[in-house]
Amino acid sequence: MIILAFIVQTLRIATPYLLAASGGLLSERAGIIALTLEGWMLTSAFCAALGAHYAQSPWVGLLCGVAGGIVAAALHAVASIRYRANQVVVGIAINLLAIGTTRFFLRLAFDSSSNSPRVPGFDWFTSSGAGAGGVLDTLASLLNPLVVAGLLALPVVGWLLANLPLGLRIRAVGEKPEAAESLGVDPARVRWVAVLAAGALTSLGGVYLALDQHQFTDNMTAGRGFIALAAVIFGNWRPARVAIACVLFAAAETLQIQLQGLQLVPSQFVEMIPYLLTIVALAGIVGRAVPPAALGKPTA
Amino acid sequence: MSTSPESGRERPATGATGSRVTSHEPRLLVATGVRKAFGSVEANRNASLEVARGEIHALVGENGAGKSTLMRILAGLHAPDDGRVELDGRDVTGWSTRQAIDAGVGMVHQHFMLVPTLTVAENLVLGREPRRGARLDRAAARAEVETLGTRTGLVVAPDRLVSDLSVGEAQRVEVLKVLWRGARLLILDEPTAVLSPPEVKDLWGVLRRLTAEGSTVVLITHKLDEVMEISDTVTVMRAGETVGRIATRDASPAAIARMMVGREVRLATDRPEAGGSGPQDEPSHDSRAMSRAALDVKALVVASGRGDDAVRGVSFAIPPGEVFGIAGVEGNGQSELVEAIAGLRRVSSGTIHLGARDITSLGMRERGDAGLSHIPEDRHRRGLVLDYAIADNLILGRQHHFTRRGVLDRGAIAANAATQVAGFDIRPPDPRLPAAALSGGNQQKVVIAREMGREFPVLLACQPTRGVDVGAIEFIHARIRAAAAAGRAVLLVSADLVEVLALADRVAVMYDGRFVTVLPRAQASAAVLGPYMTGLAGRGATTP
Repeated sequence: MIILAFIVQTLRIATPYLLAASGGLLSERAGIIALTLEGWMLTSAFCAALGAHYAQSPWVGLLCGVAGGIVAAALHAVASIRYRANQVVVGIAINLLAIGTTRFFLRLAFDSSSNSPRVPGFDWFTSSGAGAGGVLDTLASLLNPLVVAGLLALPVVGWLLANLPLGLRIRAVGEKPEAAESLGVDPARVRWVAVLAAGALTSLGGVYLALDQHQFTDNMTAGRGFIALAAVIFGNWRPARVAIACVLFAAAETLQIQLQGLQLVPSQFVEMIPYLLTIVALAGIVGRAVPPAALGKPTA
Repeated sequence: MSTSPESGRERPATGATGSRVTSHEPRLLVATGVRKAFGSVEANRNASLEVARGEIHALVGENGAGKSTLMRILAGLHAPDDGRVELDGRDVTGWSTRQAIDAGVGMVHQHFMLVPTLTVAENLVLGREPRRGARLDRAAARAEVETLGTRTGLVVAPDRLVSDLSVGEAQRVEVLKVLWRGARLLILDEPTAVLSPPEVKDLWGVLRRLTAEGSTVVLITHKLDEVMEISDTVTVMRAGETVGRIATRDASPAAIARMMVGREVRLATDRPEAGGSGPQDEPSHDSRAMSRAALDVKALVVASGRGDDAVRGVSFAIPPGEVFGIAGVEGNGQSELVEAIAGLRRVSSGTIHLGARDITSLGMRERGDAGLSHIPEDRHRRGLVLDYAIADNLILGRQHHFTRRGVLDRGAIAANAATQVAGFDIRPPDPRLPAAALSGGNQQKVVIAREMGREFPVLLACQPTRGVDVGAIEFIHARIRAAAAAGRAVLLVSADLVEVLALADRVAVMYDGRFVTVLPRAQASAAVLGPYMTGLAGRGATTP
C-alpha cells in the first residue's frame, strides 16, 4: 500500500514534468532553447483556471490552457525565429512576462493577488481527493486524461522524431539548419511547427497543475518548467532517458514529501537534486550530454 | 526576401579573352550580368557564365572573387540583385533551392551540407523523404543509397552516421544526395580541398563517368593543375566579375593565373631555384643537423580529447634554416601536434625544446616570448578576433609588449600597425578596419604579419594558405622561403601537397598519429607520398 501510494504520487508529480519535458525536447531538438517552459506552463495554468471557472468545465479549461500555451510559444517563436533574437534573453523575458501578466489578470479577473476561486478538475472517480484512503481511490486518481497524456507524451514525441519525415527534418534543423535549407527544407518553418507543438504539449503540464489543485495560485509552477528542462538535458535530449529523468526527479520529490515527518534531510537538498544532476550531466562527469549542435542559433 | 531581378542588362563580359570559345555544344546554362551585394560588399558585380551541356567547366578565381556567390545563385540559395540566369533557355533568375533541385541543378558545398548526427540514408532523403503511409520509409531510403551507390560507384554504408565517415566518404554522400535528386547539372565548390590524392583521382573518375552519361559539371577550384587535368572549359572571375572564358586545351596555368590576378604570378609549383628569395643551395642537411636544432621534439604523445591519442610518439628536429613539411590527410594528428608545440594543447609525454630551452610546460605567452611564432590553421577560430581592428589583431598575444605602465600604448600599437600593414601589403591599408572587413587572403596576411613581423627563431605554419587566393599564396610562400633563408626553422603543415612540396626541404607524412615516412624533398613527390597519406604504405613504420 505504501509502495502503491508512492508510485501513484510519483506519477502524479511526474505528469507536469513529462508533459513539459516532451515539449522541451521537441523545441530543443529543432534548435530552439526551451528556457521558456516555465512561462508557457504558468500562462497555460492561468488560462486553464480562467476557462474552467467561467465555463465550469475542465474541458474548456483544457482548451483555454492549450490556447494560452500556444500563444506564449508563438511569442517565443516570433522573437527567436522571425527576429532571430537571442533565445536565452527571450526565454528569460517570457518567463518574467508570464509571472507579471498572470498576476495582473489574476487581480483583474478574480480580484485576488494570491489565487483563483476553486475550479472543476478531472477528478471523476475520487470522492474528494485529499484525505481519501482506499486503494481504489489511490488508483483512480490516475484516471485523469492529463496523467495519461503525460505517460504517452515522450513515447509519442520520440516516435515522431524517429519515424515521421517531419521528425527527420526537426532533427536536421536542430543540428545543421543550413544543410536542411540546401535541400529545400525551410528551417524557419520547421522550427515554427516544432515550437508551437512544444507550446501545446507543455501547456498540458500547466493545465494539469491548475486543474489538479482546482485553482490557479500566483507563480504556481514554482520552477517546474526548469526541472523539466533539467530533465531534457540530463536525459541527453533522448526521449527515453528524458522520461526516466522526469520520473527520477518526481520520485525524489515524493520521497521527500513522504519522509517529511522524519526530517532526515532538509527538503531544500532534495529540491536541489534535479539541478545538481543537470550540472553533473553537462559537465560530463558521467558521460557528457551533447546538445543539438544548432541549439540557440538562429537560422539564416 | 528575394529582390525581384530585372531582366538582364546585356553587358558583355569584360576581358580580352572573353570570346575565345565558340561553343558548338548547346548551352545548358547561361548567366549574364549577375550582381549580388551583401550589405555594402558587392560579391558579384558583372558575373557571367556559360556552360555547355556535358562538359566539365572549371570556375576559377581568387578568394573573394565571387565564385561561390555566383554558384549559390545558380543553386537557388541567393537571389541576384540584378542579371539573368537561364537554364535550357528558360529564365530561372531568383529561383528557390527547391525549384533548382526540381530542375536538376544540385550543388555540393565546400563545407559539407550534411547533418552529422543522422545516418547516410537519412541525409540522402532529407527534404524528399520516401514515405510509407505517413511514416518515413527507412528501408526505401537505405535501398536508394545502395542502388545509387552501385550505379555510380559511390559506395557508402547507408546506416553509418555521417559523423563517423571520413572526409572522402562524406563527400561521396554529398554527391549522392545531388544525384539522387536527379541533378543533370552538378556544381561542386572546391571539392578537392579536403581530399587526399587518391581520393581526388576517384572523384575525377566519378565526374568523368557522370559527364559521359550526359551530366554537366561546374567545378570551383583554386588549384590550376586540377583545372588543366579535369576541365573542358575554364571561366575566370576576378573581383566579382567574369574576366574570361577559355577552352582548357588552349590554356596554360600561367595564363589562367594571370587572368585571375590581373598580373604575372609565380606559381607554387615553380620551385624558386632561380627565385629571388634567398639561397637555395641543396641544403647541406647533415652538417646542419649537427648544429643545434632550433626546434627539437622528442617522443611526443598528445591526447585527442576523445579518449585516445592523436599524436602517438612523434620525434623530429628542425635545424635553423630548414622548412620541415608535414603532409597528410587532415585529421591524422597534425593539428594536435602543432597545437601541442604551440602550447594550445597539453602534452601527455615527450619533450619540446626551443633551441636549448625546454618549453614543454611553458604557457603561450612564454613560448611566444621565447621566440615561437604560430600561424594557426583556422584564422577565424584561433588567428583573429574578427571584430577587432587590424591594428589590435596585429598585437594579439603580444599586447604586453605594447603597454606603458600597464595601459595599452595606442601610439606604439598604431606605429606597429602602420609598419606591418605596409610591410605585408594588407589591403585595404587602413589599420582601423575590423578584420572581418578583409578578404580571406588579407586576413591571413594580418596573422602572418603578426607572427612573422618580428624576431622568431621558429615558425609553426599550419595551413598558411588555406582559402587564400593565388596572389596571397605567392606572397606567403615568398615570406616563408625568406624566413628559412634568414635562418629560421619552419614547421609547415599543409593539407595541400603541392604546397608542402613547393616549400619544404624535408617532408614527413603523418598518418594515424605517427610519421609514416620522412623524406628529403628530392625523393618526395605526390606519387611517392600518396600511398603513405592514405595509410597504404608505411604502416607500422615507427618514428625513432
